Amino acid sequence: MNGSPSSLSALRLGRSQPTASTQEASVERRYPLGLNATGILGLLGFLLLIVSVFAAGAGALSIPPADVVAILASKLGLGSGPSPDSRALQYEMVLTGIRLPRVVLGIIAGAGLSVAGALMQGLFRNPLADPALIGVSSGASFGASLMIVLGSLLPGFLASAFGSFSIALSAFVGGLVVTWIVYRIATHGTQTSVATMLLAGIALNALCGAGTGTLILFSNDNQLRDLTFWSLGSLGAATWATVLVVAPLTLLAIALTPRMARALNAMLLGESEAQALGIHTERLKKSVIVLSALAVGATTAVTGLIGFVGLVVPHLIRLMFGPDHRLLLPASALLGAILLVAADVLSRTLLAPSEIPIGILTALAGAPFFLWLLLRSQGGAWGAKGGLKDA
Amino acid sequence: MLELRNITYRVGDKALLDSVSLEIHPGEVVAIVGANGAGKTTLTNILSGKKTPQSGEVILDGDPIESLPANSLARRRAVLPQFSNLSFAFTVFEVVLLGRTPHQTSASVDADICLEAMRVTGVAHLASREYPTLSGGEQQRVHLARALAQIWHPNGDGDRYLFLDEPTASLDLAHQHHVLHIARDCAKLGLGVMAVLHDLNLAAEHADRIAIMRQGTIAAVGSPDDVLTSENIEAAFDISVMVTQHPHAACPLVVAVPEEDIDLRLAREEQALHETIQQLLNE
Repeated sequence: MNGSPSSLSALRLGRSQPTASTQEASVERRYPLGLNATGILGLLGFLLLIVSVFAAGAGALSIPPADVVAILASKLGLGSGPSPDSRALQYEMVLTGIRLPRVVLGIIAGAGLSVAGALMQGLFRNPLADPALIGVSSGASFGASLMIVLGSLLPGFLASAFGSFSIALSAFVGGLVVTWIVYRIATHGTQTSVATMLLAGIALNALCGAGTGTLILFSNDNQLRDLTFWSLGSLGAATWATVLVVAPLTLLAIALTPRMARALNAMLLGESEAQALGIHTERLKKSVIVLSALAVGATTAVTGLIGFVGLVVPHLIRLMFGPDHRLLLPASALLGAILLVAADVLSRTLLAPSEIPIGILTALAGAPFFLWLLLRSQGGAWGAKGGLKDA
Repeated sequence: MLELRNITYRVGDKALLDSVSLEIHPGEVVAIVGANGAGKTTLTNILSGKKTPQSGEVILDGDPIESLPANSLARRRAVLPQFSNLSFAFTVFEVVLLGRTPHQTSASVDADICLEAMRVTGVAHLASREYPTLSGGEQQRVHLARALAQIWHPNGDGDRYLFLDEPTASLDLAHQHHVLHIARDCAKLGLGVMAVLHDLNLAAEHADRIAIMRQGTIAAVGSPDDVLTSENIEAAFDISVMVTQHPHAACPLVVAVPEEDIDLRLAREEQALHETIQQLLNE
């Protein structure tokens, strides 16, 4: 039984077969610019660094990139930093107190939302899936509305215990509770039906929307304004405290995903095929849902709803580098971080001193770009000749 | 040896499988044939561990399969599904590489095995094509290469098995025989192969043993010569057939007899009935 497969004489179809060894050297996927997977991640990481430095420098008080780097270096104990005149002190205060937490929150939020999007698209085996499908966003929205409109009815000690975090906490809990309900509805015994989860998600999204709508009905003008801006998203709440709250949950989720990459690849073949390849599909589904809910729930709690990042970023990576999750997950995290940090710079500078909610920008930039990709890949009315597949 | 012991699988109060027992030995090709709804796919699903029977056991070399870790089971049996829906733009090579998921071998070993598997199933020239752009038959052969890459090489875990669920469904005539030649070659390498087939003549030509299923039971099992008799086939498929000798290979050849001969068959059954009554009267 230990015969070697090389003794196989199965090519009995010889005549009609093209010669088998035409281009075996090139079976591995060729990436743009002749890079390999590590090179792509390195390039994206480098881009993120550049964008972050410029983002930290941009704003009402413009700080030159060189000074940003110098201040950061001195904070990390490398070099002496810029000369300690009053301007440098001002730079340092603005940078460490205001800009940096915001940039870091942008990185975490962008990475978390994009990875969650990639996970959902893998789980649902559908490139158009979005974390919102499992109810985490609408649940967070309902939770936030509840606190914004009815928070004043809370007993004083509770309100003071959580202070400015009360809305975020309520949103986070709301997102997790709704996701948990969706998951429970779709689970019978030990088996979770992905299709039922999708339908239950739609129903609960509608229900949460109705709940939020009802709260809007009873809200006063100020609360309505808060609600509206919450639903458009912003990194404005960024302080080191919020970063410290969001970072552990989101980074934990991101750090655990590479272990699921091969399993998610197998899952794209279908659930029973993945099982035949030795994947514990039920365990995988549970981890994907828990990690996405944590990452999106924590992020949304402090930033409000930021649409389109989770949908578009993994899609872009897939179009450029293929669907292999071993590259898709980390590359989505990096590209998501880049895009959200860049979008945040625009949101603070375009209409300065007032801010454009970041959700408007991500949708404004993301939606047309997404449509362009769709048209291009179809070779449709405005599409390039030949389509994306041949590019 | 892979063994089904008294498998019963019910949905509601309908038994899709009714105390089915079957053995698959390393080095043989077993074909499962039967009418639609006879339980062939259910049998495959139970063999592969996708479904758990209400009673009975699937034993792999002495161990019930549910007691084996998923990973080590996957290194010992591969399943070629009837139909596989993959809409993501993996390249052909990447799809075949998924067959190496349960293994902890190096990337270069994996690549070599996959290339070999692709060459055998005749899809090596498609390696860098995107899977969704292939024809149905090409996709089927890519999945066969994936299944081969999964269990082809001995890995010290024990005997290996390949389950093919209607592997020829979307293939042209040449490729139908090609796939079953591959199944034969796998058996020569010591794998136990089980194939669900619709074409009795393909089964007769390529299988060592054939199991005919009827209404959730195995009506007959044995060598093609023993099993493919007109009585067995008529009982299982409800069609009159003539069984003759294959003009080229040493196996039976099954030919469906046109519908107008139904009268003849009815007359023959009536005759048989009369004889039975006569016998009973004589006693």
